[in-house]
Amino acid sequence: MSQDNESIIVARDVHKWYGKFHALKGINMDVKKREVVVIFGPSGSGKSTFIRTINRLEVHQRGQIVVDGIELSHDVRNIEQVRMETGMVFQQFNLFPHLTVMQNIVLAPVWVRKWPQEKAEEIANELLERVGIPEQAEKFPGQLSGGQQQRVAIARALAMQPKIMLFDEPTSALDPEMIKEVLDVMVDLAKSGMTMLVVTHEMGFARAVADRMFFFDQGQIVESGAPEEIFQDPKEERTKLFLSQILSQ
Amino acid sequence: MIVKPNTQSPPDPPGPVAWLIKNLFSNWFNSLLTLISLSIIYFAAASVLSWVFTTADWRPVVGAPLLYLIGQYPRDQMWRPGLSLWLIMFLIGMSWGVWEKYVKAFAIFLAILLGIFAIVPLETATITLGVRAAFLINPVLIYLGYLIGKNKIVNGQHVITLWIFVSSLIVLVLLPGFEGIPFLPKVETTVWGGLLVTLLLAVGGIVLSFPIGVLLALGRRSSLPVVKIFSILFIEVIRGVPLITILFMFSIILALFLPAESRIDRVLRALIGMTVFSAAYMAENVRGGLQSIPPGQIEAARAIGLNNFQTMVLIVLPQALRAVIPSIVGQFISLFKDTTLVVIVGINDLLGIGKSILGSDPEFVRLQAEMYIFIALIFWVFSYFMSQASLKLEKTLGVGVR
Ligand SMILES: Nc1ncnc2c1ncn2[C@@H]1O[C@H](COP(=O)(O)OP(=O)(O)OP(=O)(O)O)[C@@H](O)[C@H]1O
Ligand SMILES: [Mg+2]
Repeated sequence: MSQDNESIIVARDVHKWYGKFHALKGINMDVKKREVVVIFGPSGSGKSTFIRTINRLEVHQRGQIVVDGIELSHDVRNIEQVRMETGMVFQQFNLFPHLTVMQNIVLAPVWVRKWPQEKAEEIANELLERVGIPEQAEKFPGQLSGGQQQRVAIARALAMQPKIMLFDEPTSALDPEMIKEVLDVMVDLAKSGMTMLVVTHEMGFARAVADRMFFFDQGQIVESGAPEEIFQDPKEERTKLFLSQILSQ
Repeated sequence: MIVKPNTQSPPDPPGPVAWLIKNLFSNWFNSLLTLISLSIIYFAAASVLSWVFTTADWRPVVGAPLLYLIGQYPRDQMWRPGLSLWLIMFLIGMSWGVWEKYVKAFAIFLAILLGIFAIVPLETATITLGVRAAFLINPVLIYLGYLIGKNKIVNGQHVITLWIFVSSLIVLVLLPGFEGIPFLPKVETTVWGGLLVTLLLAVGGIVLSFPIGVLLALGRRSSLPVVKIFSILFIEVIRGVPLITILFMFSIILALFLPAESRIDRVLRALIGMTVFSAAYMAENVRGGLQSIPPGQIEAARAIGLNNFQTMVLIVLPQALRAVIPSIVGQFISLFKDTTLVVIVGINDLLGIGKSILGSDPEFVRLQAEMYIFIALIFWVFSYFMSQASLKLEKTLGVGVR
């Protein structure tokens, strides 16, 4: 799916410690514009930690991360810049419960991008249409189902018109019957050419839209490759074992 | 056990007799309890009512209405508190129009009370016909304000701005006046008194301690060590000291250290004392609310690009404060009642006026019960409306929360 070869995310030898615990042990990853990358691996392998270093919800202690030409450092302006360019969707949705769906979506465009309210609402309505819940704008998050909440969360992230979307297990907290409605939105997004970094164990999704997959274990990338290679011909024992476990479920 | 399907239609709603039998006389024991309770209630009510209407002597209570309202505020300057009352009633009317369900009961109650006050012939020496006419304008202003608010001529933001502007004007200009201005001569706060001072201390303390308390709560979680240590020290020291001590400190000890000409006003010193005290407790309440916010909320706010300040004001504080509304209102109510402690630093609040009236006539000395019941009633009424408004607020805000 990737046409141009420019890397939009570059991670070089990224290390992260929680106290003494070495959570990321030298991660290298290049993500090209319009690429869809799936990260998978066992619990505690550092998937969330890694994806969260990309918009600096976690601080890495060694190595280099460059997002859209901006290096992440302690410089607050760089961090703000990167956060404007990246949207993030969380496992637990993390919608703001005291604000309506519409207010959730227009908040950042109005306060960060300084758009006028009308323009922000117009775009919010388009996004709600796109994620399939145009009629819920005035409800509060607590009045929606999990699948609807996660779609609002996707719309909220898209409202900032980011260049990159980060997803951290977006369907893991959902009841099975709601997973598809969220995955459908994500597939559409991938097809529209969005650069996406997705932590997920939805292998159907990976097969359908991923350009590359990365298998994480114990803070390292064990194996990476196109979905066909990973599914049909995994090189590493650990990858085989993990895939056989999750595919048998 | 076999459960038969219920084929009966739902029973008719019970009539009053059925209700009585079901709830009060369902068996001999319940009937006995009901009879005993009824007789206790009857005797209690009968003796209270007979005391109120025959034994009790309400002269100290009804004798000097203006004293209760404004203390010794000069009677030739009466138009100033009078005008203040008009302005405030007009604003209360508007608030009723804009926030119908929170203010309605209070506004209607005030309108009726002020109307009654204007008509009932309590005393005619100070409450002249002119004063009565002026009082009668209050209910009219409340209703006028209500119509303005109801018909959306003003919105909530306007009303809040007006409240801030008008109350500053009243407290800083209209009531104290200035040296050398002929139509607005200075009135020292030493002669202010009664409900005027009680409300001034309570409302002033509440309005000032709220933002300070929020700042202290945030300061306590700050990553800047100086801010953090200052906040912790402030909160813990103040919370470890009784309010009386703080009032004494601000009223007497502080005055000793300051040069005589820079002495701040006595009521203002008491107000600062109340504010400082209340702010420390406020900070602890707010801290509880801050702790209840899941970290995911802050992460989501950061991820969409909000800066720290925006995250705090738009995401964290609204949820944190909402979570602690009951304890904040509880604290405001106790602050309101605690204003009575300023009597001991020589300020004539409502309670102080009551005491001085008791002392003003040897006949009144034995009428303490009447006086304190009356004052307790006034405090109860205000507290009651505050807690009612808070209950409704909780219910409304609850809609948006999980
Ligand atoms: N704030 C933290 N403090 C200390 N250790 C942490 C912290 N966050 C994560 N860890 C540890 O770092 C390791 C990687 O965690 P991470 O959340 O990245 O795993 P994950 O691959 O996302 O797992 P899962 O599939 O369960 O979400 C785990 O062992 C975890 O216990
Ligand atoms: Mg995770």
